[in-house]
Amino acid sequence: MTQTAEATDRYVRDFDALREQRAEEPLWLRDLRREGFDYFQRMGWPIDEKRDEIWKYTDVKPVARTEFRNSEAAGTTLSDRDIAALVPFDGGMSRLVFIDGYYVPGPSRVVDADNESVRRLSDAVRDEESLVHGHLGRYSEPGHDASVGLNTAFFRDGYITSDHAAPVVTYPRTLIVAGKRVEVTLIETYLSLGPRNHFTDPVSEIGLGEGSRVTHYRIMRENTESYTIGHVRPCLGPDSTYKSVVYQAGSGLMRLDLEVLIEGEGAFADLKGLYVVGGNQHLDNLVSIDHARPHGTSRLYYKGILDGKSRAVFGGTVYVRPGADKTDAYQEDKNLLLSAEAEADSKPSLEIYADDVKCGHGATAGAVAEEAIFYLRSRGLDEQTAMRLLIQGFASEILDGIKIESLRAHLEQVTMTALAGVGATDPSLQEASA
Amino acid sequence: MARSTNHTRPVLEVHNLHVSVGDNEILKGMDLSVKLGEVHAVMGPNGSGKSTFTNVVAGRPGYTITRGDILYEGQSVLGMFPDERARKGIFLALQYPVELPGIRNREFLRTALEALRAARGETKLSVREFNTMLEAKAKEMDFDPDLMKRNVNEGFSGGEKKRNEILQMTVLDPRLALLDETDSGLDIDALKVVARGVNEFRGPEKAIVLVTHYQRILNYIKPDYVHVLIDGRIVRSGGSDLAQELEAQGYEWLREPAEATTGESVGATGRSS
Repeated sequence: MTQTAEATDRYVRDFDALREQRAEEPLWLRDLRREGFDYFQRMGWPIDEKRDEIWKYTDVKPVARTEFRNSEAAGTTLSDRDIAALVPFDGGMSRLVFIDGYYVPGPSRVVDADNESVRRLSDAVRDEESLVHGHLGRYSEPGHDASVGLNTAFFRDGYITSDHAAPVVTYPRTLIVAGKRVEVTLIETYLSLGPRNHFTDPVSEIGLGEGSRVTHYRIMRENTESYTIGHVRPCLGPDSTYKSVVYQAGSGLMRLDLEVLIEGEGAFADLKGLYVVGGNQHLDNLVSIDHARPHGTSRLYYKGILDGKSRAVFGGTVYVRPGADKTDAYQEDKNLLLSAEAEADSKPSLEIYADDVKCGHGATAGAVAEEAIFYLRSRGLDEQTAMRLLIQGFASEILDGIKIESLRAHLEQVTMTALAGVGATDPSLQEASA
Repeated sequence: MARSTNHTRPVLEVHNLHVSVGDNEILKGMDLSVKLGEVHAVMGPNGSGKSTFTNVVAGRPGYTITRGDILYEGQSVLGMFPDERARKGIFLALQYPVELPGIRNREFLRTALEALRAARGETKLSVREFNTMLEAKAKEMDFDPDLMKRNVNEGFSGGEKKRNEILQMTVLDPRLALLDETDSGLDIDALKVVARGVNEFRGPEKAIVLVTHYQRILNYIKPDYVHVLIDGRIVRSGGSDLAQELEAQGYEWLREPAEATTGESVGATGRSS
């Protein structure tokens, strides 16, 4: 193995060190953790000779070679005012705040209506053990891959201490169990409070019961020194609807696997994504939709805005299993390249083993159309305004689909702030009028 | 419309203009002079350089001006970006209006008008004032109000795109309007609507250059001058009767003898390059 021994050893020491604390956890959970950890120990990160097709474009060596300290929660907390500035869009919703993977009660709140349904995972393990037992690790199996393995081994939330010298790793774990015909809206927001490097390994498992509807927003804005390797696993029961909007503007290296399973007839998955990257950011989205049952519909639309030397990889797979007739699936990925050095790689793939299905895909990447810039400028708009309008227009196709007004406005602003320097020069024009 | 002779200086002067795209010289010494209050028609066969001419006046990238000059209100525009030219009062109705996904027609027009009004030192219109004005102008153009809420030109029919250009012209209120084949691909009723918009716009403080292949639109917009552009040069200028002559005889008789192909049938399409 070329994976550096130190980094792996660190995980082993941390896992063993936690054994004592874990004594209070139910046996099944300890088994689950062990299973996840065993997988990781056995397989490690997908680097070097273990780097297979789905990791073709993304090298996670920086993650594998860094010795991350298991996070201890900082003495830091956040005031309501801090939260209002960071997350100005969750008015009226229940809110659970985690810092470095630890629950922070101060700014957290659960509105009355959610008293029975929203809680910390550790509380749920204690108070509703059989419910959690029935779902946790069922959708995101501990041996799914390295990131799920590690997350399963280490996720937790709890007490608070301080001090961060080495880069830390956190394992946020979210479990959503949507019962029959239940409607859930979840906004997951990932932010860095400082500029230092860290590694986030989030796993979100979502079980959708018959006729349920889950709307899942995921806002990923950690600092560009950080790494994220995450996994989202929605499993759709009969006639359920899963709507996802993933917004990615953070992390220096990010891989997010969104693996949707249509396991009930007539389910609908609507997956939208917008990523805005620059500098040396590397982003890899793997989105797979597994149509295991008939009459399923999936729509995937991801758009990316790439500046600097950033690189975005999009791997989209639609898998239609035998018998999943009348499946209707479409996926599309569009990239706007603001710099000649930015690069977008799209690998859509369809694997169809059923009859009477409708499937399609498309992918594009290109610069802002020169004729569009000229058109706007010929109407009196300066170049920067023209570029901003065009970029806003490009992003709006995804952002307009966000039903929470304050969230949409926030993301529009975040997008334009991230691209503030764009459009300052246009050598082609100077050349033309010289 | 009376020909304005009050203004001593033409609003647009094109002097010995040579323009290339790559190694290909398109305009080979074009001259043109347009005063306020005048409507000029520039006619010519495909490939004669009509669109090149309007595009270089508006400042579209991709063209190299190798010789000559373009003056607007006595000042060369060659070093100016398209938006600077627009803010000075030049407007181009594009032959192929561009679709702008995600940008709503109304917001686009409001942003553009704001930029122009600021440049002219005019006060900002309130949203309500703007909407009222826009509604009235759209009505004049038989423009479906729903199209204002849609993305610019996205999913518009060919005629709707052309009418949108003229609507933009009337809203933005330039001093010099260049219409690049605004008539092509228009049904006769749509053509009449476009012509009405242009005629309403016409006035002593406006100059219009209509670039067209066909004489048809000149039945509805009567030009003061007609110029024939062939092979990158104005080969003939005259009054509106010249357009009728062209309609009857085509362009071939105006080609320089050395260039005319003997025996080629005379037709309005001329030859394309």
